[in-house]
Amino acid sequence: MCLKCENISFGYKKNNLILNNVNLSLGSGEVLGLIGDSGSGKSTLCKILAGYENNYQGNVSIDGKAIPSKGYNPVQLVFQHPEKAVNPKWKMKDILNEGHIVPQDILDSFGIKKSWFNRWPNELSGGELQRFALARALSPETKFLIADEITTMVDAITQAQIWNIVLDIVKELNIGVLVVSHEKKLISKLCHDVVYLDDINTV
Amino acid sequence: MSTAVVTVNKGVFRGFNLRQKTLLIIGFTSLLLLAIVISSVEFGDESLHTNFGSKNLNPSPEHPFGTDWMGRDMFIRTLKGLGSSIMIGAFASTISTILAIILGLLSSTGKIADSFIAWLVDLFLSIPHLLLIILISIGFGGGATGVIIGVALTHWTGLTRVVRAEIKQLKTQEYIHISRNLGKSKWWIATKHIFPHLIPQIFLGTILMFPHAILHEASATFLGFGLSPHEPAIGIILSESMKYLSAGYWWLAFFPGLSLLIVVLAFDMIGENLGKLIDPKNAHE
Ligand SMILES: Nc1ncnc2c1ncn2[C@@H]1O[C@H](COP(=O)(O)OP(=O)(O)OP(=O)(O)O)[C@@H](O)[C@H]1O
Ligand SMILES: [Mg+2]
Repeated sequence: MCLKCENISFGYKKNNLILNNVNLSLGSGEVLGLIGDSGSGKSTLCKILAGYENNYQGNVSIDGKAIPSKGYNPVQLVFQHPEKAVNPKWKMKDILNEGHIVPQDILDSFGIKKSWFNRWPNELSGGELQRFALARALSPETKFLIADEITTMVDAITQAQIWNIVLDIVKELNIGVLVVSHEKKLISKLCHDVVYLDDINTV
Repeated sequence: MSTAVVTVNKGVFRGFNLRQKTLLIIGFTSLLLLAIVISSVEFGDESLHTNFGSKNLNPSPEHPFGTDWMGRDMFIRTLKGLGSSIMIGAFASTISTILAIILGLLSSTGKIADSFIAWLVDLFLSIPHLLLIILISIGFGGGATGVIIGVALTHWTGLTRVVRAEIKQLKTQEYIHISRNLGKSKWWIATKHIFPHLIPQIFLGTILMFPHAILHEASATFLGFGLSPHEPAIGIILSESMKYLSAGYWWLAFFPGLSLLIVVLAFDMIGENLGKLIDPKNAHE
C-alpha cells in the first residue's frame, strides 16, 4: 500500500499559501522522517493527510484511490498535545477503547496500567496520555500513522522508550509511519528516509 | 471567588467551604421557591373569599400584607400570584429550552441551517420583547393561554446562541476530529462527545430564563394582555392596586411588588451559584 499526496496547495487565508505544490509518498512498513522549520507547515500537511482539513487543492490517495470520508480512516494522526486529543469529560478507559478494544499485549508494551483506567485525563501526565493516544490510534485497521512531534513533551529516555514500542507495533502491523520532528538526531535514528519540507514546498 | 476568599480559607477546606456555601445558598433559595409554589396550591380559593367587613385594612399581624377593597387577604393573594408566576415561568422556560436545543443542534448541521437560525435569532431580538409577547399572545387568542405561549416562544434566543457557539467551538476540538477518524458517525459524536458538554450550559440557561419569563408574564398581565382579573396573578394585583395608590393604600402594591422582586432575585442567585458549581474549569477537580 502507498499513501500519496500530489500537488497539495493550501493556505488558511486565501492569498497566503502555506503549502504550495507539495508531493509526498509513504509506503507500508516505511518509516519516513519529515523535517522543516517551525511554522513551515508540517502540522498543516499532517492534518491534510489525515483528512482533518479538506479545503486544499491536490490529491491525497491510497493506492490511487481517494480516502473515504466516512468510516474508519486508515490514516491516523497523533499530535504533539495529547491533552487536546482526549475528551476531558471521558474516563481513560472510554478514551482508550473509542475506536477498538485495545488488546492486552499492546497495553503491556506501552506500560498502560489498569489503575489509570478510571481516572480523568487531567489526572495523567502528558507522556501517559500520549501512550493512550498511540494505543488508540494503532488498531489493526490502521495502515498509516502520522506522528506529529509526538514525543516533544517527554524526556530523552521516555522518548526512546515510546518510539521503540511504536516501531515494534508498526512493524508487526505493517503500518507506514511519517515521523515529524525538528530533532534531526531522533529522525536519523528512527527513519529509513528523510524529506525536508522546504525542499518539497515551493513557497 | 475573589482572591480574598482564597487567602482567608487556606488548605484542604478551601474548595469545600466555598462549595458548601454555594450549595447552602442554592438549597435555601430553592426551598423558599418550592414553599411558595406548594403553599399557593394548598390555599384553596375559599381562603380568598370576599369579606366587606375587613376592607382596605393596614398590614397587621392578622393580615401581614393588609387586605384589598374586597376584604381579601393580600398575603394569600400575593402567594397565589407568585405560585402561578413560578409555574408559568417553569413551563415557559422548559419550552424555550427545548426550542433552543433543537435550533442550536439544527444550526450545527449545515451552513444554510446555521445562517437561517442566526437570522431567526436576530429577527426575534429586533422586535421589542414585550411587544413580541403581546403580539403572539393576541395571535393565540389572548388570556392565560396566549400569554403563556407568548412567553414560552420568545425566551429561546439567548440559549440558542450559547448552544450554537458551544457546538461550533466543540467541533474544532481535536478529539472530535479523532472520533470522526475512528469511524464514528455524526450522530454518535453529537450524543457522546458534544451533548454531555452542553448539559450544564442548558441547565444553567433554563434557570437563568426563569426570572425573565416571570417578569415578562407579569408585565404583559399588568398591561392587560395576560391573565384575566379573576386569576391569581401578580400583574393583576399590581395593575389593580394602581387605582388605589392615590387613596393611600400603599401596601396593595408594595408587598406584592417586593415579593416578586425577591422571587426574581432568588432565581438569579440560584443561577449564579449553580454557574460557579458547574463551571467547566472546575469539573473533576
Ligand atoms: N488554524 C490556523 N489558522 C490560521 N493559520 C494557521 C492555523 N494553524 C497554523 N497556521 C499558520 O500556518 C503556518 C504553518 O503552521 P504549522 O502548524 O503547520 O507549522 P509547523 O511546521 O507544524 O510548525 P511547528 O514546528 O512549530 O509545529 C504557521 O505560520 C501558522 O501560523
Ligand atoms: Mg507543528
